[in-house]
Amino acid sequence: MSAIEVRDLRKAYDGVEAVRGISFTVERGEVFGLLGPNGAGKTTTVEILEGYRSRDAGDVTVLDHDPQRPGREFRERIGVVLQQSEIWPNLTVREVHLAFAGYYASPRDADEVIEIVGLGEKSRARVKTLSGGQKRRLDFGISLIGDPDLVFLDEPTTGFDPAARRSAWEMIRSLRDLGKTIVLTTHYLDEAQNLADRVAVIQRGVIIRTGTPAELIGDSLTTEIRYRSGGEDVVVETETPTVVLAELTARAVADGTELEGLEVRRPTLEDVYLDLVDEPAAEADS
Amino acid sequence: MRQAVQMFVHQLRIEQKVFWRNRESAIFIFIFPLMLLLLLGSVYSGTIKIGHTEYKAANVLLAGMIGYGVANTAFSGLAISLVVRRESGILKRLRSTPLPPATYLASVLTSTLAVFVLQTVALFAIGRTLFGTPLPGHFPSLILALLLGAASFAGLGLAAAALIRSDEGASAIVTVIVLPMAFLSGSFGSTHRYPGFLRGIGDVLPLKHYLDIVQGIYLAGDEIWSKPAAVGIVAAWGVGGIAVAARYFGWEPRER
Repeated sequence: MSAIEVRDLRKAYDGVEAVRGISFTVERGEVFGLLGPNGAGKTTTVEILEGYRSRDAGDVTVLDHDPQRPGREFRERIGVVLQQSEIWPNLTVREVHLAFAGYYASPRDADEVIEIVGLGEKSRARVKTLSGGQKRRLDFGISLIGDPDLVFLDEPTTGFDPAARRSAWEMIRSLRDLGKTIVLTTHYLDEAQNLADRVAVIQRGVIIRTGTPAELIGDSLTTEIRYRSGGEDVVVETETPTVVLAELTARAVADGTELEGLEVRRPTLEDVYLDLVDEPAAEADS
Repeated sequence: MRQAVQMFVHQLRIEQKVFWRNRESAIFIFIFPLMLLLLLGSVYSGTIKIGHTEYKAANVLLAGMIGYGVANTAFSGLAISLVVRRESGILKRLRSTPLPPATYLASVLTSTLAVFVLQTVALFAIGRTLFGTPLPGHFPSLILALLLGAASFAGLGLAAAALIRSDEGASAIVTVIVLPMAFLSGSFGSTHRYPGFLRGIGDVLPLKHYLDIVQGIYLAGDEIWSKPAAVGIVAAWGVGGIAVAARYFGWEPRER
């Protein structure tokens, strides 16, 4: 049985369809990325899965439950990191973990969780004294305290500096190593590429592509070759990079010149993604 | 059932910790009525006339502060803290845990009541030591009256929390409601010299009738059931508040 099954999910707010019939499956133990620009319907989808919102149509099963009727048993098994939320600023890190531990039937040990999320040294610090990155760690800790099978991370690194993002990624990988199923929404491509086993690209309420990051990149065939010639940038996009590169370098060697700033780039998920989300926009404009 | 009780006690402890650790709320909610009693008690001396009877000023002011205290704690304090928690996402976060909403609400309300009870005890103690006010009698009636007031103003506090949209405006809005209400209801002294229309406004407010009950018990030695009309009006306001809250209260941030 999969962790999550979604069939033709629809949701409208005030007559505007935010989610327009999407389907996907998340297997147990995998990191599933929902990737899309702001307003694509990611948060709406995740909040339906978390039990916050009702749906207008479609079938949704999360851990064998219908999240539209989230019972206690369901809440015991999920962990949620919201896009933005604060917690009691005057309690200490340890007190907050103990507080949340008290809501679950069989919580993890608070000190252990604090170590996992790397707040061991801040255990006795009040929440209001934590940095942005540390507060995010606290969010992760709270989502883990009930020892959930499934963790939802809604844009977990938005607004982070690069160092804080890297360490958040480390933490998410360690969650996966604990055997948790993880649903991650993000509008950062590198985040999905680095963390997700499988990615669904969502745009204007529909899923326009699903697959592993490698598959999505593999869909796109062009490789980009850049160099400078006579002070001008030259960019060659090709589906046969080996041939083109051989010709270029052979010519340069024959002329006894150097290909300045030579660069060969495989497309990143970012390029693929920008291509994907561009297409429907272009259609709509024309 | 045992589990529910455990969770309630657990959350009640958290609520108390959160309240007392926050210096602003502890001062604004808990200390402020005590300060007012000190100030007013030092300024007024002699007697204050309520109805046709003259009472020692300190006694009247003490009763008035018990009224102001309930509005401040159960109404303002509850409304502000719920709005702040909703807007900062704490309520939404709690919603995703197995903590049942009813258990959460029960512990928040009980915590508020505990603060109010402590405040009332402190008011009586300050009055007794500094201004020679008598200790209260008619305990069953007094406790029932305090509970009625706390419940009614907490209901109104829930309604205010449901209607106030932003956490920044919350404390300004409740202050604009509570201060004039306390003034019009006679928390800071007798209203018998107020112009008729001001007294008319006061007459429909719950605090006026709550004070009427408390003064009856504390000053005149009545019982709570001596004033069924006042009890009915206070209770009606509370029920109205709960109805509004049930209709409009949400767990998710409004401003986004």
